[in-house]
Amino acid sequence: MLALALTFGFRASAQSFLENSQVSGSFQTDAQYYMLDKGIDINDLKGKQLGINGFGKVNYTNGNFSAGMRFEAFLPEMNGFRSELNGVGLANFFATYDNGFIGMTVGDIYDQFGSGLVFRTYEEWSLGMDNALRGARVVLRPTQGVTLKAVYGRQRYFWAPYLERDFNTDDYRGIVRGFDADWDLNQSIPALNESQFKMSLGGSFVSKKQADQSSFYNIPENVSAAAARINLGYGNWAFSTEYAYKINDPSAINNFIYKEGRALLSSLSYSQKGFGAVLQVKRTDNMSFKSMYTGKQNDLDINFIPPINYTHTHSLPSMYTYSTQPNGEMAAQLQVNYTIPKGTALGGKYGTKLAFNMSQVNDIVRDSVAYGNQIGLNQPGTLGYTSKFFAVSDHRFFRDINFEVDKKISKDWHLTAQYINLYYDIETIEGHAGAPVVKANIGFMDVTYKINKKQSLRLELQGLWENEVHKGYEYDESEKKDYQKRGDWAAALLEYSINPHWSFSIADKWNYGNPVEEYRDHYFTGTVTYIHDATRVMLSAGRQSEGVVCVGGVCRTVPASSGVSLTVSTSF
Amino acid sequence: MKKLVTLLLMALMVTGLHAQTKSELPNVTLKNLNGKDVNIAKLNNNGNPIVITFWATWCGPCIKEHNALNDVYQDWKDETGVKIYAVSIDDSRSTAKVKPTVEGKGWDFDVLLDVNSDLKRAMNVSNPPHTFLFDGNGKLVYQHTGYIEGGEEDLYEEILKVAKTKKKK
Repeated sequence: MLALALTFGFRASAQSFLENSQVSGSFQTDAQYYMLDKGIDINDLKGKQLGINGFGKVNYTNGNFSAGMRFEAFLPEMNGFRSELNGVGLANFFATYDNGFIGMTVGDIYDQFGSGLVFRTYEEWSLGMDNALRGARVVLRPTQGVTLKAVYGRQRYFWAPYLERDFNTDDYRGIVRGFDADWDLNQSIPALNESQFKMSLGGSFVSKKQADQSSFYNIPENVSAAAARINLGYGNWAFSTEYAYKINDPSAINNFIYKEGRALLSSLSYSQKGFGAVLQVKRTDNMSFKSMYTGKQNDLDINFIPPINYTHTHSLPSMYTYSTQPNGEMAAQLQVNYTIPKGTALGGKYGTKLAFNMSQVNDIVRDSVAYGNQIGLNQPGTLGYTSKFFAVSDHRFFRDINFEVDKKISKDWHLTAQYINLYYDIETIEGHAGAPVVKANIGFMDVTYKINKKQSLRLELQGLWENEVHKGYEYDESEKKDYQKRGDWAAALLEYSINPHWSFSIADKWNYGNPVEEYRDHYFTGTVTYIHDATRVMLSAGRQSEGVVCVGGVCRTVPASSGVSLTVSTSF
Repeated sequence: MKKLVTLLLMALMVTGLHAQTKSELPNVTLKNLNGKDVNIAKLNNNGNPIVITFWATWCGPCIKEHNALNDVYQDWKDETGVKIYAVSIDDSRSTAKVKPTVEGKGWDFDVLLDVNSDLKRAMNVSNPPHTFLFDGNGKLVYQHTGYIEGGEEDLYEEILKVAKTKKKK
């Protein structure tokens, strides 16, 4: 009987263990088949007919325990992704135990301190970006409202091994160590639990330990950065700010200057039902922070400098998306959302949603360092420059002023329209030396018509009119490439959807006003999408124009291509 | 022997019943728009269904989907008691815009901030919008990616299947 009870008990617990086990995961494959297309100057595929990016990830959880892994394959990588990604392997794995008081993770860690000014690791599949920290993390929550975190490890650098340095690939990755404390007064002080007044404080410290591999410069082996933040709220108002400081950190990005780095990010917002406004300001100065001082582009970023401008999603405005300038910028952004209430003259039966956004980014002001003005700005091996904190340079990188109306007209008709005025310093942002600034007016209209319960039609019309580029600008024959995508554009898209599975669309983008006649091309694409629950299959064929794909403010450039592409994704 | 079999069967039934009540909501803590911690595993809607949607301020189809959901949300709540948690995956570049956007658009959902994509990873979301439906016991019964005009109708049919109260208008 005892044996029976024991067996039974064991059975029951084994069973409940199994019953509590959960496995979930997701798969995605993106593939592109490239074809020659003389019309848009693709005369050579450079040996690449096919690009495939794929991943599969599995998560296992059981109560407080969870573990997971992600397998990746780039066979080879699609055009526009970094060639270092080429390969197959287990890119990511982790195990976590978290009981609410203590959380421990070993393996690949994604985390962020505050707004990320000194530490943020993340992964963005569509960009081929992953700076996960492989190591360990401890999270402690000693009392309600207090969170302490410590991380330690080395970051992912494509497929470079973690165990030993590979000097053949100039892999000088350092070790990253970080500590963060966060105190939410409202959750930790009972008297403030239900208060209108909100306050939380935080601070972080991050350092990297790197080997000095330079025979030319004296590279500091320990570089540390610290940040402090405060969030305040009262009623409908909210204010938050974070300030970060980094000691000298000469690197390939800042041209090996020995200046300190600083960043400030603040926002003030007011919101009530039907109305919301937010003002953000940002100043960064020499805040690129990488765990390898020779790193380029977005490689091995330890921190994240968020761009605060509006993110456009339609094809023409998103051709000119701003990306953060790591060496310094001053930015401001204002966004207002307002819904004209239902039942008023302008609001109509369903209300009318309005949005206004303005953002601008300028350079910081740089002055010669104090020891004699004979030293030029930003010379390697010097302190580089000095910069007054509140001074704004006349050099404007970017400005975007836009206004949007979103209106459900009747049960079957829906309209969204937006006007955008854009200023984009393409020379600074995309490195097209000598190319004139893009000053454009952009408009789009997006109309949806519900044919019946199952079917709908959507028409999107867009126009981009560039003010100056074709007015007498003499382009140099050798610079012609810089004028791809310049000038006026028109775009149209027609989509027919059958809920819940099918969607068919045809689209054309036409660079009809390009100053270079041979670039006045059509980019025609046709797309079929099939969705079943959490599975999506998308097949498209046609031309893709040269451009920039940005997610989360990080961008990659996509070369012009022609061919067929397929995306299959599912999660379970 | 017969007794043993019955006992085992009963035990299996008990554990089976137990399995039915286990929650599939992940153990991830997010902040709501008032800064309060919300543990997803502990979400409780008194036995009524829970919908979790993933969206971002920069995601066009997500905004469309949530505008459409907001138009019908009050009716759905009255008829089925369903609760919608709209999880924003905006990162630090646009977190400050979430509340003004939600309020400015007049949405009535419980909005949660997944600034570090913890819940996004735990629930294997690749691209927003992505919608999950849990029954009153926290069991995942339906999920859907993307938004096609009228998609909310299908979600509602799934909600009706698991709703414990179905008050018709």
